[in-house]
Amino acid sequence: MSEMRVPAGPGGPSVVCECECDDVFLNEVEKVASMYRGRPEDLVQALHDVQSLRNYLPREALRVVARTLDVPESRVHGVATFYSMFSTRPRGRHIIRICESAPCHVAGAAEIIDSLLDELGVEMGGTTSDKLFTVETSSCLGVCGVAPAIMIDDVVYGNLCAEDLPEILRRYR
Amino acid sequence: MAFYRAHVLVCGGFPCVAAGCRAVRDAIERSVREHGLEREVRVVETGCLGPCDLGPIVVVYPEGTVYARVTVSDAREIVDEHLLKGRAVKRLEYTGHLPSVSLADDKRTDYFEIQERIVLENVGLIDPDSIEEYIGRDGYHAAGVALTSMSPDEVIETIKSSGLRGRGGAAFPTGVKLGFTARAEDDQKYIICNADEGEPGTFKDRLILEGDPHKVIEGMIILGYSVGASMGYVYIRGEYYLSIERIERAIEEARKYGLLGADIFGSGFDFDIEVKKGAGAYVCGEETALIESMEGKRGEPRQKPPYPGTCGLWGKPTVVNNVETIANVPPIIRNGADWFRQFGTPTSPGTKVYTLTGDVNNKGLIEVPMGITLREVIYGVGGGIPGGRRFKMAQTGGTAGGCLSEAHLDIPMDYENLQEAGSALGSGALLIIDDSHCIVDTACILLHFFEHESCGQCTPCREGTRRLCDIFRKVGELTATEDHLKLARELAEVMQSSSLCALGQSVAVPLFTILDHYADEIKAHLEGRCPAGVCRRLPTGVDEEAYVTSHAGGGIK
Ligand SMILES: Cc1cc2nc3c(=O)[nH]c(=O)nc-3n(C[C@H](O)[C@H](O)[C@H](O)COP(=O)(O)O)c2cc1C
Ligand code: FES
Repeated sequence: MSEMRVPAGPGGPSVVCECECDDVFLNEVEKVASMYRGRPEDLVQALHDVQSLRNYLPREALRVVARTLDVPESRVHGVATFYSMFSTRPRGRHIIRICESAPCHVAGAAEIIDSLLDELGVEMGGTTSDKLFTVETSSCLGVCGVAPAIMIDDVVYGNLCAEDLPEILRRYR
Repeated sequence: MAFYRAHVLVCGGFPCVAAGCRAVRDAIERSVREHGLEREVRVVETGCLGPCDLGPIVVVYPEGTVYARVTVSDAREIVDEHLLKGRAVKRLEYTGHLPSVSLADDKRTDYFEIQERIVLENVGLIDPDSIEEYIGRDGYHAAGVALTSMSPDEVIETIKSSGLRGRGGAAFPTGVKLGFTARAEDDQKYIICNADEGEPGTFKDRLILEGDPHKVIEGMIILGYSVGASMGYVYIRGEYYLSIERIERAIEEARKYGLLGADIFGSGFDFDIEVKKGAGAYVCGEETALIESMEGKRGEPRQKPPYPGTCGLWGKPTVVNNVETIANVPPIIRNGADWFRQFGTPTSPGTKVYTLTGDVNNKGLIEVPMGITLREVIYGVGGGIPGGRRFKMAQTGGTAGGCLSEAHLDIPMDYENLQEAGSALGSGALLIIDDSHCIVDTACILLHFFEHESCGQCTPCREGTRRLCDIFRKVGELTATEDHLKLARELAEVMQSSSLCALGQSVAVPLFTILDHYADEIKAHLEGRCPAGVCRRLPTGVDEEAYVTSHAGGGIK
């Protein structure tokens, strides 16, 4: 991610990256992260909380987390890029996870994937131009009893057929 | 406690939540209130009732009438007709039989006769948010007995002689594992409940946690006491929002009742539990990767030995057990080892919880004694293959399990017999596939999973999974040769012997069973034919990358 330094404002130098990491946001990050101060073992939980602010983990936010929890920045970056629920790239307001594991595949997940991407006009992994949705594939979501399934944020939609998608998406628009 | 004329159970297992059970529950409650029935009728959201594809499911007691695929407007009709006028709504009635309902009426029929409930004894019957209901069904009795009248050694001996083996995949004898940690000398030891459940096709642990969370807590208390651990952790997949919510609430309740905290049952034994959330990595289900993750690191497996039993979380002796294993502990302590041994087979006692998915009529959660055959499960509990199609393949144990063909339908499902067939019982996932699917396409999906989930730490697994994907993509494009298959076998053998953890080691299990059991179908692909009509040759002159992305069949990126 490219970043850019801006001239120091009244409050001293501040750093922004392309994702509008303004001071207000970074303060918020620090507030959230400081609940885990002195508990570096809770790095994963801290990143969950920080990510919930903007649906992704900007580089600057990782720096703040590293400083607050007193862990090397390299380790924070390593953890943030290891787990599939974390993203270091900007994402839309709602995350759509499509299961592509075998039980969902057998139940017709491929067709759901095609229709969903068509409906949203994005590629897999992409974000819609209105920044509303990001589509990601996922391994089994643990709801194979109602395969094929997708998850939008924390809500699962199961027993899907392609015709259900427009109605489901409408609820978020 | 107030007395109610009728109880309405609305399934609140996660699949039913996905199917819209919350709106149905609200509609029933509203309607009950409108009719002024709230003192007579109690509406309860329960854990999973079993057949998930029939959700949302509603059960009305005392009759035990089961309603399937209930909508909001049906909900009103159920209250109007059944609760007000006492007439069951025939149109919505599910005439099959739910094992979780058999308590109320004893007309146990046909298929469900073979189900036996130990782990799921309360799931679907009680309100998971109510500790009183759990206590009302002998809950925490086993913990009371263990802590006040048994020595830690006696607890371990009982579990040892019950023959309980780990239900998380490796099938290690639980009592023996406890023995290692009990003998380790240290001032701090830990119990970890492994609820990372990432094995595709598996959703039993979530439904146990969501349907009967106190049972897991009770099991952990007993395990903690047996090895001398004062702290327990439940490590749950980050995507399991409802499980996290339910277990956290249950822990809170247990603390209020003095069942967690200092001096439990006046025994002088202290124990508490904390929940840790994962963040989406299959490999974190591997016990040492899980521990790394709990220490705030990348979930990369450790070299074993040392095993967690002596050197686990923060280097301290740690017992890691699967949710289902832990849920077996209270009934074993309550009823004794001999009672447990009357279920299942001599070498694999007890029951197994399976999740049935794929091309089968009754998908969902079942619990059956160890040792019943695949045929009994598929054609009995599972109700057979839909649409008049033929059975083609059953993969037992999840993506890391073996693929069994029609010739294996009659082998008893227990640890030994499945291993002999080249497969494994694994996590209890059972994926059934009919003859409309192509084995090569299926193999691509399975291999893609391993490629995606390999943590990248060791070379055989990181590179091997990728190469295997490439090879099977070629087979699917009908351009592979005998040499490709030979290379695939060789690669898998190397991975089996030299990968750091069982993720890379186990790729060989599905791969070899597919190569062995479906040799003819694969050979046809080498000759340019896909018998199931799924695979097509890559048109010449197209951009391979782009073509593969758009014709991935869901699997290959
Ligand atoms: C890649 C991989 C993933 C695993 N995932 C899980 C899991 O999700 N849940 C689980 O209980 N065990 C899982 N295991 C097995 C654990 O390493 C461990 O054997 C188990 O938690 C021990 O508990 P048990 O003795 O009660 O089975 C996994 C193993 C591997 C190699
Ligand atoms: S395979 Fe899709 S949710 Fe499990």
